[in-house]
Formats: sequence, C-alpha cells, structure tokens
Amino acid sequence: MAEILLSLVVVIPLAASVILFLSAGRLSGFLIGAIACGAISLSAIFSAILAGLLHSQLSPSLHVFFWEWMRTADFSTGIGFTLDPLSLVMILIVTWVGLLIHLYATRYMAGDPGLARFFGCMTLFVASMLLLVLSSDLLCMFIGWEGVGLCSYLLIGFWYTEPANLAAARKAFIITRVGDAAMLCGLLLLATEASSLQVDTLLQTVTAAKISQSALTFSTLLILVGTLAKSAQLPFQSWLPDAMAGPTPTSALIHAATMVTAGIYLIARLHVLFTATPLVLTIMAVVGTLTLFLAACNALVQSDLKRILAWSTVSQLGYMFLALGTGLWQVALFHLMTHAFFKALLFLCAGAIITRVHHEQDIFRMGGLFRTMPGIALAFLAGATSLAGFPLLTAGFYSKELILSSVWNASFFLAPDLILSGHVFWVVALAGAFLTSLYISRCFLLVFMGKAKTHESGQTPLLMAIPLGCLSFLALFGGMMEMPDALAHVHLFTEMVDPAHALPSADEPLWLLLVGGGIPVLGALLAWIFWGQRNPVLHETSDEPAPPQTSQPVPILAACLLPLFRIPSWLGRYDFPARLSKGVSILINGMNTFALQFRACIFMNVSHQTLMTLRQGNLLMAYTQNGRVRWYAAWIAGGLCASLALAGLT
Amino acid sequence: MTVFSLNETLLLAVLLFVVGLAGILVRRNLLFMLMSLDIMLNAAALVFVAAGAKWHDASGQVMFLMILALAAVETAVGLAVILRLHASGRPTLDADSGNLLRG
Amino acid sequence: MHILALTSACISILGAFMVITRRVAVHAVLYLVVTLLALACVLALLGAPFAAALEVIIYAGAIMVLFVFVIMMLNLGKPDRDRETEWLRPRAWVGPAALASILGMELLFGLRTLSGTGITFQITPREVGLSLFGPYVLMVELASFLLLTGLVTAFHIGRHWPGEH
Repeated sequence: MAEILLSLVVVIPLAASVILFLSAGRLSGFLIGAIACGAISLSAIFSAILAGLLHSQLSPSLHVFFWEWMRTADFSTGIGFTLDPLSLVMILIVTWVGLLIHLYATRYMAGDPGLARFFGCMTLFVASMLLLVLSSDLLCMFIGWEGVGLCSYLLIGFWYTEPANLAAARKAFIITRVGDAAMLCGLLLLATEASSLQVDTLLQTVTAAKISQSALTFSTLLILVGTLAKSAQLPFQSWLPDAMAGPTPTSALIHAATMVTAGIYLIARLHVLFTATPLVLTIMAVVGTLTLFLAACNALVQSDLKRILAWSTVSQLGYMFLALGTGLWQVALFHLMTHAFFKALLFLCAGAIITRVHHEQDIFRMGGLFRTMPGIALAFLAGATSLAGFPLLTAGFYSKELILSSVWNASFFLAPDLILSGHVFWVVALAGAFLTSLYISRCFLLVFMGKAKTHESGQTPLLMAIPLGCLSFLALFGGMMEMPDALAHVHLFTEMVDPAHALPSADEPLWLLLVGGGIPVLGALLAWIFWGQRNPVLHETSDEPAPPQTSQPVPILAACLLPLFRIPSWLGRYDFPARLSKGVSILINGMNTFALQFRACIFMNVSHQTLMTLRQGNLLMAYTQNGRVRWYAAWIAGGLCASLALAGLT
Repeated sequence: MTVFSLNETLLLAVLLFVVGLAGILVRRNLLFMLMSLDIMLNAAALVFVAAGAKWHDASGQVMFLMILALAAVETAVGLAVILRLHASGRPTLDADSGNLLRG
Repeated sequence: MHILALTSACISILGAFMVITRRVAVHAVLYLVVTLLALACVLALLGAPFAAALEVIIYAGAIMVLFVFVIMMLNLGKPDRDRETEWLRPRAWVGPAALASILGMELLFGLRTLSGTGITFQITPREVGLSLFGPYVLMVELASFLLLTGLVTAFHIGRHWPGEH
C-alpha cells in the first residue's frame, strides 16, 4: 500500500507531463489546467497520506526497490525510493507549495498559446524534484538533478521569441552545468571509493571509516561545488536573478519548492559525509555567509520588483548554507520550509501586482497600491514580514532565530589547532538580517505607500487569491512548530525530522533572542525614515523620468500601522537626518574617494590582466578549433603517436 | 594451411591503416577522404578477422560484419553530403572550405 | 610464406597507395576495387571464406557502385583534375606523410613482441551465423538501427529541395 503510494507520488506528475506534452494543442485550456492541478493535487494528497502512515508506523523509514539499474563486479546501482522524515518534509513542501503555485498558474497563464507546454514543463519539474528527493541512490538522484536543470531551462526560456529570455535560460543552464560536472566527478569518486552510491550503504561506509579522509574531503568538496551552482551561491550566483525572464509562477516554483532547494536537500541528505569532513563544512559556512551578506546588499539597490525577490532568495539560501555549515542540517531544513512558504507567497503577490499594473516591474514607478489592492498588499506584508523575520508573529522569525542561535554556539574547524568561533559569522548574519529587513521594507513602502504613479486595472481572480491566502497563513503561522527555548519549549519540527538527535539545547543568553528579534524591527524603522515618510529622506531616481505628480492624501493607515512608526516621524519633525547628514556626508565622501582610488589601483589592474590573459588563451584555443576536418584528424593522429610513444617508452 | 601468421596480418593491417591515414591527412577532396576512410576501416576489420582466426572464435567475423554495416552507412551518408554540397553550388569538394556551417 | 598470400598483400598495399595519389576520382575508385579484391584474397587465406565473400559482394560490389554513381553525378572534368594536381604538391605531402609514418613505425615497434605462430583454423559461415544470432543478436538489432538511420539520413540530406539552384 505505502509502496504503491510512494511510487504514485512521482509517477502521476510524470504521467501528466507526458500527456500534456503529447497533447499537441488538442486539449482546451481548462482541461490542461485541470490535468496539471489534478496530478499535483493527487500527488500532494498521497504524500499527506504517506506522512500519516509513516507517523503511525514504528519504523522510521520506508524503502521501495524497483529494479536494478546496472551491476558490475565491484559496483552496483538500483532504482529505488526511500521515505524518511527528511524526504517526507521535502515532498510535502514540493507537492503542497507546488499545488498552490499550479492553481495560481492556471489563472495567471490562461490564454497563453503555449499553455500545454508550460504545464507539461511545470509538472515535469515537480516530478523531477520528487525523484531527486525520494531516490535512495545517488546515481538515480542525479537523474532528477539533471531533470530539474532541464526543466528550469525550458521554463526560463518559455517565451522563446525574446532573445533576452533565451540568453537567461542558457545562462542558467550553463552555470548549473558547471556545477553538475563537478558533482558528477564527486559522485564517481565516491562510487570508486565506496563501491556503491546507495545512500544508506554510503553512510555506513563513512561511519565505519572505510574511505580515506583525503578522498572523502575531495569528493564532498566536489559535491559542494555542484550544490553551490544549483543553489546559486557565491561564485555561481548570477544565474538566479536573470532567471526572472520566465513566467512568474515558474519563478515561484524555482525559488520556493524546486531547483534551488535541491542543493540544501542533498547536503542535508548526505550530512554524515559532510560532518566527517569539517574543513568542507567551514568552506560551506564561509560561502554561505558571504553570499547572504552580498546578496542582501545587492537586493538593496535593485529597482526591479522580481529582482529584489530573486536576490533575497540568494541571500536566504546563504543562511541555509551557513546553517548547514554548523552541522545542524535540521535547522537549515526548517528555514527551507518557512522560506518556501514566504518566498512563494512573495513571488505570487509580485505576479499579481505586475499583472494589475500592466507589466510594470520598476518599484519606483509603482506606489500607493495599498488603496487599490489591499488584499494583495496584506498578503505581501505577511510575506515581507516573514522574510524580514519580525518577532513572534511570523514564521521567518523562528527559523532565522534558530539559525542565528545555532551559529552563535557553533565553532568552525580550519586547521588541527585553529578553530574559528561562530560569533564572527553571527555578526555577519545579523547584519544580513538587518539588510533583509531594510530592503524588503523599502520594497513594500515604495510599492504600496506613497503617491500612486500607475494606473492599475482589473481584479485579482479568486483562483489566484486562494493560493495567496493559504500561503499567507503558512508564512505567518508555519513556524510555530519550533520555538526558541526562551519562549516556549516547542520542538516539533526537529523532533519529527530527526527523533534520534535532538538539537543541543544550549543555555544561550536572552539578549541573543532580543537582538535577533530587534534587528528586523530596526531595519524596518530605518526604511521608514528613508523611504516611508511623506517627503522621503532618500530620493532615488529610476532611469525613466517620473510621471507627473498628483496630489494624494497621506497614507493614514501606514502612519498608524505600528505605534513605533511614530518615532521616526517625530524625529523627522526636528530635521534630525538633515543635520546628521552633514557630518555623515563628509565621512562618506572620504570613504568614497578612498574606495575609488583603491578600485582604480587594484581591481582595475587585476581585472585588466585577467582579461588579457583570458583573451590570449582564447585566441590560442580558437586556433585549434578552426573547423577543418583534416586538421582535427591530424590532432587525433598526433595524440595517438604521443600516447603510443609514451606506452612504448615506459 | 599456415599461410599467414598473426604477426604478418597485423603488419599488413598497420600498413593499410597508415596509408589510409595519410590519405585523409593529405587529400582535400572529400571524395578521396571517404575512400581513405574506407581503407582504414578495412584495415581494422582485417585485424578482427585475423584475431578471430588465431583464437578460433567467430566473434572476429561478427565484428567484421558490424564494420561492414558501419562502412556502408558512413559511405552512404558521406556521399549524400557530397551530393548536397555540390547541389548547393559549391564548385569544389574542398573539405577545408566547409568550416563555415553554411550550405 | 605462400606466394599467393604475398602477392595479394602486396597488391592491396600498392592499390591503397595508388588510391590516395590519383588525380582522377574514377581511377581511384578502380584502384580501391583492386585493393578490396586483394583483401578478400587475404581474408580467404586467413580462413574466413564468409568474410571474403562479403568483402567482394558488399564492399567491392555495392559500396563501390555508390561511389561510381556519385562521381557520375558530380560531373567532374579537366578543371578538377588540374586542381587536384595543384593540391597534391610535395609541400602538402610532407607533414601528413611524416605523421603517418611515425604512427606506422610505432605500431610496428609494438608488433615486435607478438608471437609469430601460424593460423590453422577455418571458421565456417555456420559458426558465424550461430554466434551472430546467438550471443550477438542485440548487436544485430543495433546494426539494423544504424542502417535504418543511415538510410533515413541519406534520403533526407540527398533530397532535392524546391527553390534551389
């Protein structure tokens, strides 16, 4: 029973995608939406039933073995599924959030000529992700891993008549491919060392220390590179913001449920391997910390609504990598879950807003939308506060607080006698949280408050509103199942995911909690001072000239939203920022000059040299690729000569 | 019937192979390149048959058959490409000028 | 060594050399046929009569006819012959010939170590057929796929498209 259900969870979306791809325009739009949503909802219901079954059963996991894929003398691999609490959480997120996004998309994409292709790709996307999550064998998982990459390519380039979209799709595909190559190398290295890629046997082999430490470090490092590319971390971050070229439901799916979470999941799945290699964990934490800070800085200066959200995803994924780097994968998984809720919500809200204001994405050309679309504004507010981590009320607070406290207590291994304290990372993560709150509040204030600058029209249909409502609920209350010890002793999530190893309950000082909760509020206050007042302190200009201003009433509700918000307006009455700014501006000018000089001296030089070297190398390589068959044949013959000579001489 | 030893057959195959390789590298005409390719394939097939005869295994001749099928397909497709190039107004069958990915 | 074996081996190498040095395509095809016939002799002497027959029927028969057809359709003339002469200057020969001879030397150097015992067995078509449709049946299917693909490709590429000069 459970075995059949488990295979059906994957097979049904796959079947739906096959049907949709083969329909070739013969199905009506309603039928296409019904097939896609029906398949995903069946899958979601089955995964809920499986959750119940797994909960009632005594055994902690469920294994299904389908068939043997290949077998050689010292390596064998098979196709099989494993359902344990970790994969259960993931399939619940993927199917339920995916279902809400699909429901939304049936209305959002209605009337598009490529509707069948769109939903075919979307269901295939979900099916690949489920395969990735459920596979009990890493080679089988790699199929899902590649399938996810393929579907993201197809969906980002969905409107393929626009060259920019195709460029974005290619970029995403190629960058993740770089990581996939590294990942495959890592898997093959593991396979040769452990003679199996079955996750359970692999973990046992590592626990019994049958693999040499250097090989293990090297293979985990390669796998880490693969996950970094998939999850858009620091060297590979640039594909994710460009992936906005696809339809908005696709962005929501990529950012919330599928694709970018795959990297986090894989590391959580293989956490035994990674804890055996502390150096890789440290690298992971450093990359995550840098990414979360830099991506937050990037999000602060964007003017495109979807791009802000994309950079915030990169930043939040950085938090997850930081949490994984501490070795507490449950914490990362918890943040993954809450992130899936609020990021899907934010993207779907953004899609609804952009549709209503005639495909305008620049936040400086929106404004005052709170009056015309209060429902969406409240949903966006729920998502935004959750992303910022407003204390007590939102899901993001609990998960981010958990990450911060685990980072505070963690220590990172560098060398045998050099241990890095987690406090450094904690400070950067806290700064990142401050910036997160600042940029998302800026986004909210500029889009929904202030003067109206666009003419919006239409209504948000019910089918789009229902997913928003559900996700708002989850984004607000989805985090209540795990609370800091100081508030209440609730640890439902970590106990469910890993009953054997409860989180170490450190007696952390209360001020940590207060700081973690206070920082987002501080960020929001600063955002209010900068952008929220009637005459904003910071006047940012977008590229286009602003439309003629019209007199609008003061946003009353915004002023009364929180009593705390009155303080900045009171400060503003005394012209405090202006007086402050004189001193600050001198300081900033000095720093600016210094930075410019520094950049001119070092960075320009370095980048110029790199460019020249690369160009020379490129010319050299291009010379060998001249398209002449005879030339290639000569290279082959020359290589053969050389290798034969080598074999003959040795 | 000890007319050929394995070593002598291999010698013959090597010589044929090298002549074919030289043909591919020297000639610019696609037609001659195809013929040289056929010579090389024959050399490879000869090695298979000789090895099969040496160890008394029919697999060698099975491989010969496979190479035959491969050669037939390769020649058919190659000649079709040549005809196509000629039909699209290319005056010579110069392999070196075919590097622009244009018909 | 048998005088017949020596003759056929020499003829095949000589024929192959002539193939790659001819200027007129039809001459090269004729020399290639000679080479293939000589190779068929070698195969027969190696104790593989089935392979020898196939070499004559399919290679020297069918594939060469293809070449002849294509050369007929290409309508080559004196300008082509002159161009071949121009392309076959010693300058073009030196490099490739050196490369090929190095490879040949190395292969021969590697052959030194093999034993020189004679070949005594003869493999009948019956044995070939049994192993072809026994353990290698999947390979036969794959070869049929390959042939089908080649057929479709050749048909598609060689098609005359309307609106073409």
